[in-house]
Amino acid sequence: MSTAMALPLPFPAASATPGAGESALLRRLLIGAALAFLALFLFVPLAFVFYQALRKGLGVYVAAIVEPDALDAVRLTLLAAAIAVPMNLVFGVAAAWSIAKFSFPGKSVLTTLIDLPFSVSPVIAGLIYVLIFGLQGWFGPWLSAHDVKVVFAVPGIVLATMFVTFPFVARELIPLMQAQGTEQEEAAVVLGASGWQTFRRVTLPNVRWGLLYGVILCNARAMGEFGAVSVVSGHIRGATNTLPLHVEILYNEYQFAAAFAVASLLALLALVTLAVKYAVERRTREDGSPSGERPA
Amino acid sequence: MSIELSGINKRYGSFTAVDDVDLRVESGELLALLGPSGSGKTTLLRIIAGLEAPDSGSIAFHGADATATHVRERQVGFVFQHYALFGHMTIFENVAFGLRVRPRRQRPAEPEIRKRVQRLLELVQLDWLAGRYPHQLSGGQRQRIALARALAVEPRVLLLDEPFGALDARVRQELRRWLRRLHDEVHVTSVFVTHDQEEALEVSDRVVVMNHGRIEQIGTPDAVYDHPASPFVLEFLGHVNRLPDDDASGAPRYARPHEIAVSLQPQPQAWPARLAHSATVGPVTRLEFAVDGRDAPVNVELPRAEFRALSLVQGAIAYLRPTRVRHFAAAPD
Repeated sequence: MSTAMALPLPFPAASATPGAGESALLRRLLIGAALAFLALFLFVPLAFVFYQALRKGLGVYVAAIVEPDALDAVRLTLLAAAIAVPMNLVFGVAAAWSIAKFSFPGKSVLTTLIDLPFSVSPVIAGLIYVLIFGLQGWFGPWLSAHDVKVVFAVPGIVLATMFVTFPFVARELIPLMQAQGTEQEEAAVVLGASGWQTFRRVTLPNVRWGLLYGVILCNARAMGEFGAVSVVSGHIRGATNTLPLHVEILYNEYQFAAAFAVASLLALLALVTLAVKYAVERRTREDGSPSGERPA
Repeated sequence: MSIELSGINKRYGSFTAVDDVDLRVESGELLALLGPSGSGKTTLLRIIAGLEAPDSGSIAFHGADATATHVRERQVGFVFQHYALFGHMTIFENVAFGLRVRPRRQRPAEPEIRKRVQRLLELVQLDWLAGRYPHQLSGGQRQRIALARALAVEPRVLLLDEPFGALDARVRQELRRWLRRLHDEVHVTSVFVTHDQEEALEVSDRVVVMNHGRIEQIGTPDAVYDHPASPFVLEFLGHVNRLPDDDASGAPRYARPHEIAVSLQPQPQAWPARLAHSATVGPVTRLEFAVDGRDAPVNVELPRAEFRALSLVQGAIAYLRPTRVRHFAAAPD
């Protein structure tokens, strides 16, 4: 570097280049900082969850998970996801298809509305359902007269979960479908395909990986949602507690090992989600060599 | 199968894409819609296909009105500029698509589908690619598959939207001739859109020159080239020079670069001009002359040997005499 500095350089700016070592140092610093940040804020807490969960031994860990209230929470969480995810899958595909492939009045309003659950605090989302379906709400008296419970019951939890996970599938599909344009669909229709045939044979296969990706994210959020569900749940043990709510209750009761044991289930779910997401992303990148080869 | 269009209009907001077009495509002919971008040629093609609905006007196939017929029922073959092959299907399945989506009763049996796809792949000379996927094919191969796919449904009319636009020059030229031969073999009424005048002149039976949504001229390639109906057609079909002097009525006169004779001696009705630049491209030499008192250069094309014989050097004075002059007294430019 000193030799480079000693040379009579016509342009002063050129003196910055010989330090290839400089940029390497900078690169290492940046990567190091990013990794340290990740370790501190993501990896350490994750490891801590498992450490705390297993601190009092495997017996306590298993006992916390097979405890009836915990199992009920698992069941309710799975139920909420099992309803919310397929509903949002159907809605997301329908919304993305109409937004990406057609133009109609109110299209931009619909696009904005889809993002609403992202921009509204989940607590507000929960409150909305309490205000609509609660005893003091619009439909409250009618519902209680007909002996239908929504708020502080399973339907409320499913509704809140659906609201919060609304955008995932649609958000994933819209840019993908827009990028693909409508030429293939037009080609299919000219060849005589019906709307459904076009969708099933052309549109859907073209977005299948993006769709799966959206469903994975949607599912992760559906199982992990706390705020909105907390408002409508009423925290009735064994009846309206989902996994995240159960973790909170245990924690507030100073049952730390149990709380972390149940939390580790959610953490495991997150890790599985990440692994599947990674696999799907790889498939998406190398797509074009689809596995679903049909006999020619 | 003839196609009759009458009084077709199409607007997008304030933009008039197609402006009161009447056109008759004869049965079995290969017709080119030629024009600059924005001239409405692609819109017109999509209206024939049923992919766009005209604001007004009517379309008839072989005398039967088809204006309200859905694109699915029009039985047209459409070839897209960017192929629009189905990426997740094999080449075989791409070609078979139109047969497989038919209602059960009209669908040919599996062996019949195989036979027909095989025959089409042989027709486009790509039967050895049946098991591949579109992304494994070159652009020219993809376009031939797109054509086979369109022909699989035995369309009454074949429509091609800039079919060679996305290909490189060499492949384009090959495919162009191949399309011409294929049409002579299959003989389906075909309309193709292009902005390339050479393509239109070489391939088609008749050329429709379009500009600003209107038809400027319809005729055989020779007719539109030799007897352009307007200055636009003249300028769009090949290069042209506006000559330094107007005719008696004040209308401009034009001559094509290869229709100007160059001599070293003064001639009657020839102007002196200075050679500014010359470039020999294959068999022809392109010369650029500067004329005093005129900004635009005069471009001349000479056979290579003729230019050699003249032994003109840059900056030398030569005399230019148009061998063929066109003028449009009625419509001054």
